[in-house]
Amino acid sequence: MSDEAPAIRLTDLVVGFGNNTVIDHLSLDVRRGEILGLVGASGGGKSVLLRTILGLLRKRSGTINILGANPDEVSSAAMRAVERHWGVLFQQGALFSSLTVRQNVEFPMREYLQLPPRLQSSVAITKLGMVGLSAVDAEKLPEELSGGMIKRAALARALALDPDIVFLDEPTSGLDPIAASDFDRLIKTLQKALGLTVFMVTHDLDSLATVCDRVAALADGKIVALGPMSAMLASEHPWVQAYFRGQRARNNSIV
Amino acid sequence: MESNDLLRWNAGDGGQIEIEADGPWTVTNAVALDSLVDAAAQAAGTGPMIVDMHGVTAIDTFGACLIERLVTPAKARGQKVVFKGVLDQHRSLLDAVARVSDHTPLPPKKRSPLAAIEGLGRSLIDLGNDLSALLVMLGAIAMAMARVIRRPRSFRLTAAVNQFDRVGLRSVPIILLITFLIGAIIAQQGIFNFRKFGAQTYAIDLVGILVLRELGVLIVSIMVAGRSGSSYTAELGSMKMREEIDAIRTMGLDPIEILMLPRVLALVLALPMLTFIGSMSALVGGGLVSWLYGGMSVATYITRLRDAISVTHFEVGMWKAPFMALVIGIVACTEGLRVQGNTESLGFHTTESVVKSIFLVIVLDGFFAMFFASIGM
Repeated sequence: MSDEAPAIRLTDLVVGFGNNTVIDHLSLDVRRGEILGLVGASGGGKSVLLRTILGLLRKRSGTINILGANPDEVSSAAMRAVERHWGVLFQQGALFSSLTVRQNVEFPMREYLQLPPRLQSSVAITKLGMVGLSAVDAEKLPEELSGGMIKRAALARALALDPDIVFLDEPTSGLDPIAASDFDRLIKTLQKALGLTVFMVTHDLDSLATVCDRVAALADGKIVALGPMSAMLASEHPWVQAYFRGQRARNNSIV
Repeated sequence: MESNDLLRWNAGDGGQIEIEADGPWTVTNAVALDSLVDAAAQAAGTGPMIVDMHGVTAIDTFGACLIERLVTPAKARGQKVVFKGVLDQHRSLLDAVARVSDHTPLPPKKRSPLAAIEGLGRSLIDLGNDLSALLVMLGAIAMAMARVIRRPRSFRLTAAVNQFDRVGLRSVPIILLITFLIGAIIAQQGIFNFRKFGAQTYAIDLVGILVLRELGVLIVSIMVAGRSGSSYTAELGSMKMREEIDAIRTMGLDPIEILMLPRVLALVLALPMLTFIGSMSALVGGGLVSWLYGGMSVATYITRLRDAISVTHFEVGMWKAPFMALVIGIVACTEGLRVQGNTESLGFHTTESVVKSIFLVIVLDGFFAMFFASIGM
């Protein structure tokens, strides 16, 4: 696989429930090493698209290609090998509530790798340090953490296996603006340090403007605009205009 | 890959050590590297440490953590550590790991030699807390009941009817089946054993008294504790977890009145009904076995039953039922409210609810036996 090949390639993807088509012949490439932000209206299918890429929802037609593997064609063992190379940050963190933060980060390592326990816990503590959690926090249970710390711990777990791609589902939602911008900076730093490809579903205009290399706008089940922020601002699509030139965008002095 | 392809070291004069890292320092080689790094760190003297990394083809966080472990003791001793030939694409990761690795390890938890005694003390205190929590819940439900009697409009009739349907009417089939079998088994054992001395008709006395006085209400209570008590605890517990109970409180409403009272009342009404149905079903089961296995006619069975039992036996059983229901309901609600934020706690308290209510039901039955004996019922 050459470095030129995209990390994720979606071709003619169709997803729907019953009579309702949510994703309608959508095509999108996510390049290696970029941070792609996906925006769209609430209920517009962003989470559906994310969950379809992750294999949690079934698609009607089209192909998905992640890190050179097509889930329809490769065996389930090969797909598991690909899944080892991605990490997911769920919106609510989805930390396992009966495990401590450190055990949460060690969980994927324990399942996939046979490592000496000392190395495993030192890597877990290092990952937690990278996302800004201390060794004291590492021994806490998820219920003892604040919302921002849960997101950080969940990010550390998503990064546990040194993935090539991380999927972030609204990483800054529920965080105060300071915590949100810290988190944005954290994503950018980690992306540089670890050479990650980041696929990020977000509503946060600041995140889009500061960390995303490219933005994809999802409307009517299709990608209606794709490119850097300047391309979003120049787009003629009415929804994209409303989104990026609305009151909130102006208040954020993005325009 | 041979392990010494990854890490070589050369201890020079004056405690100096030159370390050469090679090949992919990634998770696939982590196990081999783990022991090599420890050996190299052992070999380090007191002089400067030079780490040559120009041969490293790839590195991930696992490799970077191992490099960090290699140099940390030397750094801590104040020795000079020099990195040579670090590739640009590896530098940012190494820096990121080095920045966060200077954490001090947590002091190990101290274990007191008296831990066992401490545990015993704690469980005694827990027992006291359990009892007081049950009394608090009983009091809170009684207060809510008193408020509802004063303002009957505030009673959640729909919720209570719905709960009665769930814990009462929908349990009827399983209760019928279980008690029928219990009655049949008692009759069979009675007939089988009493036959040896020609007293097999006494098996009917056995069935009648045992079922009406004790087993009917006990079996039904245990079934209800397992079936409905556990579901109360799980429902209330997950509402507690998702802050729904707090939401009710902040609206100025009383969760006891809205959630607990209809449930407990439904149980208090349903359990006598189920006990009655269950006892009748057990008598039918006993009768069927007496006829088919013991060779007694239905008329004999009914006549004998009429002689053997009195209304008192039936009353004793029925009187106990609402108290059993109250115990089950209060334990279920108390345990539900004790659920903390995680899923493990939900499972733990659901189990606790069933175990405690079955235990208390049996203890209460013992007290009732003494009580009814002393008042001559």
